[in-house]
Amino acid sequence: MSFLTRRGWISAVVMALLAVLPPVFFLTGNAFYLDLATRLSILAIAAVSLNLILGYGGLVSFGHAAFVGLGAYAVGIPAHHWLYGGLDFLATTSGFVQVPLAVAVTALFALITGAVCLRTKGVYFIMITMAFAQMIYYLIVSIEEYGGDDGLVIDTRSELPLIDLDNPLQLFGLAYVSLLVAMLLVRMITRSRFGMVLQGAKGNEERMVTLGFNIYAYRLTAYVISGAMCGYAGALLGNFTTFISPEMMDWSRSGELMFMVILGGAATTLGPVLGAIAFIVVEEILSSFTIYWHLPFGLMLMGVVLFARGGLMGLLRGRREDGE
Amino acid sequence: MDLSLLIIQALNGVQLGLLLFLVASGLTLVFGILDFVNLAHGSLYMLGAFICASLTFLFGNFLWAVLVALPLTGGIGYLVERFVARPLYARNHLDHVLGTFGLILVLDTLAHLIWGPAGIAVPLPHWLDGQIALTETLVIPSFRLLIIGAGLTAAAGLFWLVNYTRLGMLIRAGASNRTMVAALGIDIQTLFALVFALGAMLAGLAGMLIAPITEASIGMGNSIIITAFVVIIVGGIGSMKGAFIAAILIGLIDTMGRSFLDDIFKLAMSPEAAETSAPAVSAMLIYIIMALVLALRPQGLFPPRTR
Repeated sequence: MSFLTRRGWISAVVMALLAVLPPVFFLTGNAFYLDLATRLSILAIAAVSLNLILGYGGLVSFGHAAFVGLGAYAVGIPAHHWLYGGLDFLATTSGFVQVPLAVAVTALFALITGAVCLRTKGVYFIMITMAFAQMIYYLIVSIEEYGGDDGLVIDTRSELPLIDLDNPLQLFGLAYVSLLVAMLLVRMITRSRFGMVLQGAKGNEERMVTLGFNIYAYRLTAYVISGAMCGYAGALLGNFTTFISPEMMDWSRSGELMFMVILGGAATTLGPVLGAIAFIVVEEILSSFTIYWHLPFGLMLMGVVLFARGGLMGLLRGRREDGE
Repeated sequence: MDLSLLIIQALNGVQLGLLLFLVASGLTLVFGILDFVNLAHGSLYMLGAFICASLTFLFGNFLWAVLVALPLTGGIGYLVERFVARPLYARNHLDHVLGTFGLILVLDTLAHLIWGPAGIAVPLPHWLDGQIALTETLVIPSFRLLIIGAGLTAAAGLFWLVNYTRLGMLIRAGASNRTMVAALGIDIQTLFALVFALGAMLAGLAGMLIAPITEASIGMGNSIIITAFVVIIVGGIGSMKGAFIAAILIGLIDTMGRSFLDDIFKLAMSPEAAETSAPAVSAMLIYIIMALVLALRPQGLFPPRTR
């Protein structure tokens, strides 16, 4: 699909605005909007990675917040030991260790849990991904060394060459570029042979099996890629908030990620990003009015599920692309 | 470890298992018959606890409060079925999950609006608040025995209802072939609504029974729902027998793991290593069990006969 389509133009405009507006706000003294855009970009990475298996793979994972949380703890735990001692082999503030650690740990977790989850289908899969995420939640809660329920303060952000993560503008830049890379990566994957098999299995599993594809292996690979990308987003999120807690992997966080994907439009490149933008903006507006903002928010969510199928991208789709 | 502690913990495990069964039975009933995934089932558990708390203060009597709260939670279940679940039946599971996720936010916030952010403790009548000494060292709070009794009664009643009544026959028929039941002239809409309300009442009852021990609080439904999912996954989704056995099993394993795992670990490793690893492992224990069951039997221990 070239940039001539309506969707292509919309994608370009949205991503350009997301690149330009936050720094402009920041430089004109509205640092809050830059923070918002940074959080948004990071969550959008998680949503984009969830979209790979939820949208393109048709696998409804309700446990992606666990990957985000694990990624964040992969930054927090080495930093904690670097400051307070213990576990010397792990103690570091170097981003070159923490970020690969986040990716490796989440990939491993995805491999182990995915191997079990993908043996099941449909509603079993939903519940099991949820249960495994809750397992990690309770695991972190039970470890007092890392603050348990109360969470962990990351005193030092990851140290990287050239980029200073303590500088909000540079942190946003990293998050934004990462988001672009994540979108391109998922787009490339879905257009590759691998991605075609994944989408084929979503459409008609039996046919793909008959064609000789090992669907299980394809799905597991996609699950691991998706989990690792989420872990990367988690590492960024830990660096952004500098405070991490088990609450990050509560299943309502997973639900929010799913909602972003569906709201924006599953199985589209820009959809999860649009969903994340809409989600964060609505959350900000509603929560500034009332502490009971979950009430209108929940009603909105139900309304979207009941009435707006296809998400925002479905509404934005040009006439020319209706046939797809 | 001494024997009386073991017995007490076993009773606690059975008590947890029965509460889990009350929640899980509604889930599995609704899923088995309606093919509907209700994430908000835990919110009905929470509402049961809150309504019962308010009524206890109104009537000054816990038991009367339970009796009135039961039909009320059933009514809420009916409303949920009518306005949220029914439009979603024809959709896929993803839409069920997202729609009821929205419903959780709504119900939790409504509870927050009505009852405030803090939990509400539920006072017990004196005759339930005491303890029963079975032997000199073995003392059990009488209310916990009541929970076990009530849980077993509800479970037995449910088995009787499903297996020996006309309604139960229709429920089982609906689970195996929905279209055929409708074709035979049964009002399937009403049957679905009844099943949903019944599930809501069972979850509500579990909430009412636990409220005097833990107090009614906003997030209470959201943690038990996952454990209830583990129960029905292990038992086999849609199977009442599986839900019962798995619930007791999970209740016992969870309770026993939390109290005795460090002692067991000390047999194999240093006390320090046992003290640090036991809480972490016991927190994950039921999920590990779930993974093991799935690795061996992906459809659960007692999968219902397929439609």
